[in-house]
Parts: sequence; structure tokens; C-alpha cells
Amino acid sequence: MRRLAPGLRGMALGILSCGAAGPVAADVTLAGFLQQNTAFNTAGANPDGRNHKWLEERAQLRLDGSTGAWRFMAKGDVAHDHLGRGSRSELREGYVDYTEVGWDVRAGRQVLTWGLGDIVFLNDVWPKDYEALFAGRPLEYLKRGIDAVKFGVYPAFASFELVLAPSFRASRVPDAGRFHLFDPMPGLVDRRTVEPDQGEAGLRIYRDMAGYDVALYLYRGFQRTPSMRPDRMTAPARITLFHPKLAVYGASASGRAGEGVVSLELAYYDSRRDRSGTDFTVPNSQTRFLAGYQWQPWEEGSLGLQYYVEYMHDHGAYRAALPAGLPMEKRRADTFTVRATQLFLHQTLRLSLYAAHNAGNRDRFINPELRYAISDRVWVALGANFFGGRRTGQFGQLARDDNVYLQTRYEF
Amino acid sequence: MKRLLVAMTVLLPFAAFALTGEEVMKKSQASFLYPGKDFKARVVMKLIARDGQERVREMTMLRKNMGEVGGEQKYFMYFFQPADVKDMSFMTYKYPARDDDRWLFIPAINMVKRIAAQDKRSSFVGSDFTYEDVSGRDIEDDGHAIEREEKLAGTDCFVVKSTPRAADADFAHKLTWVGKESFLPLKEEQYDRKGAPYKLFTAEEIREIKGFPTVVRRVMKNLQTGHRTEVSYLKADYNLGIEDSLFSERFLRQAPRKWVD
Repeated sequence: MRRLAPGLRGMALGILSCGAAGPVAADVTLAGFLQQNTAFNTAGANPDGRNHKWLEERAQLRLDGSTGAWRFMAKGDVAHDHLGRGSRSELREGYVDYTEVGWDVRAGRQVLTWGLGDIVFLNDVWPKDYEALFAGRPLEYLKRGIDAVKFGVYPAFASFELVLAPSFRASRVPDAGRFHLFDPMPGLVDRRTVEPDQGEAGLRIYRDMAGYDVALYLYRGFQRTPSMRPDRMTAPARITLFHPKLAVYGASASGRAGEGVVSLELAYYDSRRDRSGTDFTVPNSQTRFLAGYQWQPWEEGSLGLQYYVEYMHDHGAYRAALPAGLPMEKRRADTFTVRATQLFLHQTLRLSLYAAHNAGNRDRFINPELRYAISDRVWVALGANFFGGRRTGQFGQLARDDNVYLQTRYEF
Repeated sequence: MKRLLVAMTVLLPFAAFALTGEEVMKKSQASFLYPGKDFKARVVMKLIARDGQERVREMTMLRKNMGEVGGEQKYFMYFFQPADVKDMSFMTYKYPARDDDRWLFIPAINMVKRIAAQDKRSSFVGSDFTYEDVSGRDIEDDGHAIEREEKLAGTDCFVVKSTPRAADADFAHKLTWVGKESFLPLKEEQYDRKGAPYKLFTAEEIREIKGFPTVVRRVMKNLQTGHRTEVSYLKADYNLGIEDSLFSERFLRQAPRKWVD
């Protein structure tokens, strides 16, 4: 409850102040769900010896209210994990909105999603939970909220969204006890994590141009997933996990083309900590490009294809600096993805498949899922996560972490 | 001059009589899908299976005409029910004679997605109505002929047979009973390619709102599966002064309380 408590206090304050603001009573709604989530291994035990990736009961309460130009929303979870983490609580989101005709502001913990990718991320620089993605949790848990203030300004010629976060929030990487993560220095157990002591900022500018949704993105902050640095190269004693400085400049466009919707996105990752590319512990500067197409080939069916490429800018410098024995990344990584969805039974049964394949290192990730709404309040999802590829790849390292999952949720 | 006036007066009833099938359907489109400058309703849809199992879809629907009758329209929908789509918003820019633009806001990950979808046959939120049944079908997509005129529950109607020019519709042909006074569709029978009755639309209740006769209760029944959808419009109203700016990504992400109550 430790982390939820300040949020709940804030909610109570919000309600009180709304009540004091005028004779108009706040219009408050309470909702939530109870959920069971199980994911069991199909390719062997975890590094910690257990046979589940996830085994948890969870309850969420969501309080929502508004009065005049003000609105507040708070979403808090309590969960009990059967795989050693015990009972925990978490404020998923909790913010206050103030809306005027030409501008608005949102302050508090909020989920941000930028860009057009489907489980590929270019300009979506905001925190994610990869463990949730790989452990068969519902999609919403892929995103982590960020404590920030977001200003929106909407003059006629474009819309502007400025995000200022006083402190950095990392993405959650899978737990090494549950997933077989590639570790170049497995013997070293003395590890410490250094969080950036600065905040981060992002700006998104978007508008319609000739029927296309066009956006520009700027981000200044840090790499979301940590890098590893040994204290010395020969006989290292300690590893430091840190988040290198990063800036991202990008653009996207999406609109109708033929029978479907085309998506194009570009991002330049400026590795501010290592612009020369000579530090092998810091990701090199990169250009990322995405082209996607989604259409409906038949009734109640949808197909989405993506081509995604990452291009490393200073590959020569990286290659020269990389110590012998460490796996070398290619200059270019091409990934193809497909998502197929079919709805049945008045859209209460959904069969979907997502598959990603990296042509360079044969990295692959396949996620089939069957979801059925038993009633308006209860739904179940049965799915699987299958991984494969080279031992050092993003998905290849998880080749022994295949799992089948079941999600059951009762909403109220 | 006087003679001309007399001639016109005499001819007028005949002029009304001489409407073509296409003209009837155009007038019907005007009174069914285009009345007012804008429109708002809280829509409750009950999806009822043959065995009686019921599911409820509830939303606020906002519509604004961007030009004249038969021209561009913008739709905004905000979902209240079921719980797993609460706060989801959906926006359509509807164009005559070309495919619509559509956007969906997914609150779980706070993402706005542009989506491609087939209008012609896709079910609207799993109901027995297709997107076309909800926001209309281009008049030019079908050939229309007045089959006969008859009374339906005491109301004089044109019965218009519409046959799609292309094979991409959900039906092979349909008969529409259009009220001669209101020009609202009061009943519609859709037939499949084998000529068998396929779907049946009935206007169950019509109320006059700000001078516009409005179908506030309607049913679409699939005669082949026995599944039906009952739709009620609560708090329906016209000419509210809905701003153009509502139909934007900004409000898709954060539906204004003023409009979605």
C-alpha cells in the first residue's frame, strides 16, 4: 500500500477541493476489475526453478470525476504474486486535467503513447514493461505511467503537446529469475543501478496535411533500458547499470492509401553520451524507420504488415571498440511483422496473431491469442508467447521462455 | 400568369406522385441521416441472441453536417458500455462516394490509431447493423425503383426496391417502406443472393424533436440467425452548435464532458 497511499491522498484532496470550488458537485464514478493471470512455461523451467512466468490475482479500482474545467482520474492496483513477489500495490495512473478552449494541462502519473508502431517503437520513447509483454499480461500493462506535466496548446495551424517529467522512469526489463536473459558477464554478481538524476522532456507537434495525420517528435532524456559497464575490462569486479543520455528527433505520417491505412515513421536516435560511437557499453546513434499497412481483406478481419529497420551510424567505431568475445550487432537490422485479427460471434470472440521476424539474426516472436467475452462483465483470453533466434538477440535469448497464458477478468 | 399558377396548383399533387425511386431515397436520406446542422443522442444498443442472451452497448453519438444534404459528415462516438470499452472514442469523417476516414482511441494504452475498415458489410460494434446501416449508404451505389405504394400501419408509404450496382453490399436487394410525409424509412427488408429474406429493419417509435421527425427506437433482426439488435436514442437533440474542433485527435483522447454526458 506504500505507493498507493500518496495517490489516494491526492485523490481525496482533489475531491475536497472540487467540492469547495463551487456549488457544482463533482460527477464521480467508480469502476474496476478483478483479474486472474497465469502463464506457465512450455519449454522448461525458469532460471529460478519455477514453472510459471506469471501467477497472480489482481484488483483494480478506478475513480474518475469532473467538475467544470477540472477532471481527475486515479487507477490503482493491488495484486498478489505467487512467484515470490508477494502482495503489492501500484498507482497505475493518477492525474488532474484542466481544460480551456485553446489549451489544457494534465499533471500527475499518466500513460503516454507516441508514434505508429505495433510493438515496434521509434518515437514512442515512453516507459514500457517488457516483462508484462513477454509474460502474457493484458496489453495495457505494456505501458508504464510517467510522472509528468503535459501541456497541450491547439492553435489553428497545428497542435502541440509538451511533456515535462521532473524525474526519469525506466522501462521494466524481464526479471532474470523468470527469464533466461543473455548476460555477457554472468559471474559478476556485484551490480548496482544508477538512475539519472535529471528529468526528461518531449514535444509532439501534429496536424492534418492533405488528409494525412502528420507529426513531429522531439525528445531529450535517457535510454529507457539500462546499459552495463564493468569497472575495468580485465578481471572486472563490479558492473554498473546506467541509462545513457539520449535525444530523439522524429516524424510520422499516416493516412488512407488504396483500401487501407499506410503508416510511415522515422526517428533519429542521437546517443548524446557517445556521439563518436567508440564506447561499446553505450548504444550507438541510430536511425529507425517504419513502414506499415493495415487493411480489412474480408468481413470482421484485419491484416497489418510492418517493415522496421534500425541502422547503426558509427558501426566502424563500434566494431573497433568492441572487446573480443562480446557478440557484435549488425549495422542494419530488418524486422518484418504481421498482425492478423478475426472477430466472430458478434465481435465477442477475437482470434489474433502477432508475429515478428528479424531477418538479420533470425530473432522471432509469435503471439497467438483467443479472447472471448463471456458476458458484458467477464472476459477470458488464452494465448501463447513463443520466442526464437540467436542466443544474444532480443527474442532469441528468451528461446527457453515460451509460455502459454490465461487471463480472466471480471469488470464492475 | 394566373393561368400558369392554376396549372401549377393542379399539377402539384402529380409532381409529388411523380417522384422517382432515387428521389424518394434522396429525401429519405435527408430526413433520416441529415436533419439539423448537428445531432446528439445517447444510444443504447441491445444485442439479443436467439436464446435471449443480451449484451448492451452504450455510447454518445454526435454528428455534424459539414455541407449540404448528401455531403460530408463527421461522427464522434464515445463508449460507456461494456466495461472493457469504456472511454473508448471513435471518430469518422464520412465522404460521399469515397471511403471514410476513421480513428479509434484506445484508452488502455492511450493511443489514437487510424483504422481501415470496410463499410459495406462490417458489423457496427458487433450488432446486426452494419456501418452503412448506421451512417448511410451512397445513393448512387444502388439502382432505385418504386415498386408500389401502400399503407404500413396506417401510414402512406412508397415501397422502393434498391439493387446494388456492385456485388460488395451485404444484401442482394432490399425493399424500403418510406413514409410519404416524414420520408423516414419505416421498414426495410433485405434479401440475400438466393432471394431469401435476410434482415428486417423496423422503426418502432418516431418522435418529433425540434421539428424533425426522428426514429428514436429501431430494431434490426437477422432473420436467418434469429439474432436482433434493439436501439434506443435517449436525449436526442438537434442544432446544438457542436464545434468543428470536437472532431479532432485532442478530443478523441479526452472526450469533453459537455458533449458526452
